[in-house]
Amino acid sequence: MPDYKNILSNRYPLAQSWTLAVAERAGAYGPAKKALGTMTPEQIKNEVKAANIRGRGGAGFPAGMKWGFLNPKPGQDVYLVINADEGEPGTFKDRTIMEKDPHRLIEGCIIAMYAIGAHKTFIYVRCELVLSIQRLEAAVKEAHAKGYLGARPFGKDHAMEIVVHPGAGAYICGEETSLLNSLEGQRGEPRLKPPFPAVKGAFGMPTIVNNVETIASVPDVVAMGGEPWSNLSLLPPEMKDGGTRLYGISGHVLKPGVFEAPVGITLRELIYDFGGGMLHAGRPLKGVIPGGSSTPVLRPEDKVHAPDPKSPMNKWHGKSHLDVPMAVDTMRNLGTMLGTCCAIVMDSSVNMVEASRNLMKFYHHESCGQCTPCREGTGWLEDTLNKLASGRGKASDVDLLVDISNNMMGNTICALADGTAMPMLAFVRKYRKEFLEAADKGLSPSQTRLDEAVRAALVGAARAQSHASHAVGGAA
Amino acid sequence: MTTPAQSIAPLTLTPDQERRIDEILGRYPTRRAACIPTLHVCQEAIGWVSPDVIAYVAQRLGMATSEVQGVVTFYTMYHQAPVGKHVLWVCRTLSCDLRGGKTIQEHAEKRLGCHAGETTKDGTWTLKKAECLAACGYAPMVQIDDRFYENLTPEKLDALMDRIEKGEMPTQEETAWVPNTASS
Repeated sequence: MPDYKNILSNRYPLAQSWTLAVAERAGAYGPAKKALGTMTPEQIKNEVKAANIRGRGGAGFPAGMKWGFLNPKPGQDVYLVINADEGEPGTFKDRTIMEKDPHRLIEGCIIAMYAIGAHKTFIYVRCELVLSIQRLEAAVKEAHAKGYLGARPFGKDHAMEIVVHPGAGAYICGEETSLLNSLEGQRGEPRLKPPFPAVKGAFGMPTIVNNVETIASVPDVVAMGGEPWSNLSLLPPEMKDGGTRLYGISGHVLKPGVFEAPVGITLRELIYDFGGGMLHAGRPLKGVIPGGSSTPVLRPEDKVHAPDPKSPMNKWHGKSHLDVPMAVDTMRNLGTMLGTCCAIVMDSSVNMVEASRNLMKFYHHESCGQCTPCREGTGWLEDTLNKLASGRGKASDVDLLVDISNNMMGNTICALADGTAMPMLAFVRKYRKEFLEAADKGLSPSQTRLDEAVRAALVGAARAQSHASHAVGGAA
Repeated sequence: MTTPAQSIAPLTLTPDQERRIDEILGRYPTRRAACIPTLHVCQEAIGWVSPDVIAYVAQRLGMATSEVQGVVTFYTMYHQAPVGKHVLWVCRTLSCDLRGGKTIQEHAEKRLGCHAGETTKDGTWTLKKAECLAACGYAPMVQIDDRFYENLTPEKLDALMDRIEKGEMPTQEETAWVPNTASS
């Protein structure tokens, strides 16, 4: 495995890495000093554009271009809003920044506020992430005390405040307009677009909403320069998908966790190198969800079909889906999405009817209920899967899953319905046999347990450890 | 709209809690934006979001009670009924379930003698199922009150719960993820 350098996460292993003293000794706030002291907002925006940062929250929208949409009218406040409502199943990377290096996010906010002409940032953190909230609030206080926030940060006449705002438990608030409604003290229902937040966002003012990791990358972009940072990516520059990023891996691998690597490693590297390979030698990979539960599942046996030399995917013609570099555009060409770049790995013990039922239950619970196709569709999908699992289903129910999904997509205000329907369709298309078998005879009790394969080890561990110690060990 | 807090509703907060709400109000350009954090302060104070809390927040922020009610019912972290002394959330979304979420839930149910969604007879624990808590790589995991406990086995969960029942509050770090150094 190549020796990739940790840049974004280089301060994670330091003791007390979340404190200003430790972070600053390791380089924090140097880039902010450079940006506010020697650069104009235009220059910073140009570096961010040249860095080709594709939004790290899941949609992959170019961050530099998003900043370019701002065009405030005289007298209007501009807000920066950080989306820290991390909750896409499979995704747990932003949390690592907030827990281990909150000053990197705050420094990114300082540089971004200066660049886009904002004086206030709201960091919207899901309230379950209590430690993240505590560390961010403490870091904001420290930055204030040092004068890095407040009336004249780094001697610049550009007042800055950061407010850490807790959510209250709703997946949908990760959708940017729903997040804005929630920030304003409303129910977190998505807004119709346009107007986009850059025109009318938080409190009716022009607003940029960026993901935690996106903004935490900005200090390194300023320090290195946009183009050199972009070139950290393994992809050719013309793909405009630059830099280094956090990858997550969970499920049936030996070493689940968050890793930093350049943009463009393959799923095979993520699973077998970073993730340490499959959890159990006797249970091969069956499917992998590449970037959070809203991204359609991939099978290792599927090959890229792009015989046309003009196709952007021709380079990987005949190769397994696992051997294609993970990028916003390549994953889209495979019929899935890069999403949050946090993969969920499922081995041969997993029944895909049950796996999809778990996720559809999630989406049904999390649909805000505003649009009928989503409110009814998510529930109908869950009901239909419950029927199939319990043996009350019939073969036509499998087609019904497809039908419902097709009628959800594109018919709602936000992307939650699409993020439900797309993975549902992929599960049915790629594992149709399992769905038809369930229609025929339902699922056996062990098939309805996604943890059947690991249960013996878990309970075994309990037995082995009993009478030993009551101390709780560190992370295995 | 800006009636002194003490006189507006049966809910009584401590001066410190009142100060926190004043401080929260100062952060936003509108009063209403303080709704969610203010509800958190109130829930922390009395353990749940009672009708009194809703009336209090409505008057304090100049909202209709129906609007506050609408916010409260939208989000999962507001308890709309009294809960036990400790709330145990077991994450049951896909990544956790692949690594033993269900086993952990069953173990907790057996230990507590109640099902998810219920409170133990002695009022010590409320058990709830959670949707994805952003700890997927450190599964299975639970949230107890305001802390995450990760990389669990039934045995580790028992040890934690034993200590909590004795009045200890184990730190999140004890079971937490550690940074990966594999690639550095």
